[in-house]
Amino acid sequence: MTLQEKKEEIIESFSLYDEWLDKYEYLIELGKSLEPFPEESKTEDRLIKGCQSRVWLDSRVEDGKIYFQADSDAIITKGIISLLISVYSGRTAQEIASDDFAFIEEIGLKENLSPTRANGLVSMISTIRETARKNL
Amino acid sequence: MTISEIRARFPILSSRVYGKSLVYIDNAATAQRLDTVIDRQLALQKKANANIHRAVHFLAQEATEEYESCREAVREYLNAASKDEIIFTSGTTASINLVAFSFCEAFVNQGDEIIVSEAEHHSDIVPWQMACQRKGASLRVLPVDVDGHLRVDLLDSMLSERTRLVAVCHISNVLGLVNPIGEIVRIAHAKGVPVLVDGAQGIVHQRVDVQALDCDFYAISGHKVYAATGTGALYGKRKYLEVMPPYMGGGEMISHVSFENTTYAPLPGKFEAGTQNINAAPTLKDAIDFLKQLDDKELQSEIDAVKDYVYDSLTADGRVKLYGVPRGTISKIPLFSFTVEGAHHEDLALILDKMGIALRSGQMCAEPLMDRYGVTGMLRASFAPYNTMEEAEYFIKSLDKAIKMLV
Repeated sequence: MTLQEKKEEIIESFSLYDEWLDKYEYLIELGKSLEPFPEESKTEDRLIKGCQSRVWLDSRVEDGKIYFQADSDAIITKGIISLLISVYSGRTAQEIASDDFAFIEEIGLKENLSPTRANGLVSMISTIRETARKNL
Repeated sequence: MTISEIRARFPILSSRVYGKSLVYIDNAATAQRLDTVIDRQLALQKKANANIHRAVHFLAQEATEEYESCREAVREYLNAASKDEIIFTSGTTASINLVAFSFCEAFVNQGDEIIVSEAEHHSDIVPWQMACQRKGASLRVLPVDVDGHLRVDLLDSMLSERTRLVAVCHISNVLGLVNPIGEIVRIAHAKGVPVLVDGAQGIVHQRVDVQALDCDFYAISGHKVYAATGTGALYGKRKYLEVMPPYMGGGEMISHVSFENTTYAPLPGKFEAGTQNINAAPTLKDAIDFLKQLDDKELQSEIDAVKDYVYDSLTADGRVKLYGVPRGTISKIPLFSFTVEGAHHEDLALILDKMGIALRSGQMCAEPLMDRYGVTGMLRASFAPYNTMEEAEYFIKSLDKAIKMLV
């Protein structure tokens, strides 16, 4: 599936939910099913601190593709992380760097990414972008 | 008077968010604006906007009268001995920074000590740290016990010959316990050490008498007592304010200026440099009128019922851990900070937000206190006199629903 197709798939699945709480239920499920992040990798240098939730992010480059792994102590944030990973992990630097990251807004989670939320998610997106740019 | 009568005076409370009635219980962060506050601020802009103290024209006199009569209202409400002891500031943070700079300039030297408590807001920690760094002094910390009570029993032994000041909150913005300021002041004064009280929360739920407390400084914010934001005051004893150098230089704080030498204005002008918050500061008057009206038996029993209901519900819930537990003579205001085992504060706050409930989550500007309890953040529900029993019940019901979604 291309990056674009994956995004469309997510947007479609979110369109099923009219109610906010259903959306959150879905994100909580996604969060719970996120591939476990190794405890020993939860180091200071991988930690993105926020007033609210903490986010750990790790990346590696393999065969020209960038793979991300991340975790958070908050489950809704973890659900959004899971979405981001399903879209961006395993893509080329070119694909990631040229993306506008707007699908989060399209599924109505923009406010969760607002810098005023002061959570690690905003920094996570910039780190994903930065990692891609560095590997162009 | 009843809660519903009070409620009608706050226009914002009839708002809807996400199609639901707004339940605003983030009052410790900022309270909502009173109708008379909104009206006065608008009226001052429309009819009496002029710079104060300077010009002789009609509007300038109107504006000056508004501003200075408000100073008298604050003086009377805090029972300060003189109007000269009331300095208008932009709020508690500015008041504390003023003292941290000016008091420390006058009285703190290399090797001296300042005591703060473990339960302080960053606003009552960082200004003192900055002052200590500037002066080569050190900060000492009065701990709190597991229930959030200040270890006042340790204070006497912590006061040394080098202690220059004790800075402590009247009520912590996290714990909500009314600290025994009178006792703290007695202990500190016995060794000749002055006390600054961070009254940001202290002024909200009770009448404060600075002469009865005998504290040396008391700092307050207007926005937490329904006045306009960017307003506040510092009460300071004349004997200190007279000796302290100005914090900021500028217009209005001088008596004579030349390039060779400048002399400063008498109190309180010395500490009010530049154009003041002339359209907003007078709203403190309306806030004080309102605070006085709250002193009503019938109303207080209604407010207490809301507080007791929330406290009892949270303490009865085995999933909830409440911080700041009242004990003995130490009472608690309707401010409840808590954590839930297995549910992150951010998740709970996000879900409750979508249910129309505005409450605070995170470190609440008190990171050292979060560390003390070994948590990365808490959830805080803080009630105002306009919060109804119905809202309290909805909050408790919604919290239960949110926890069940997460755990």
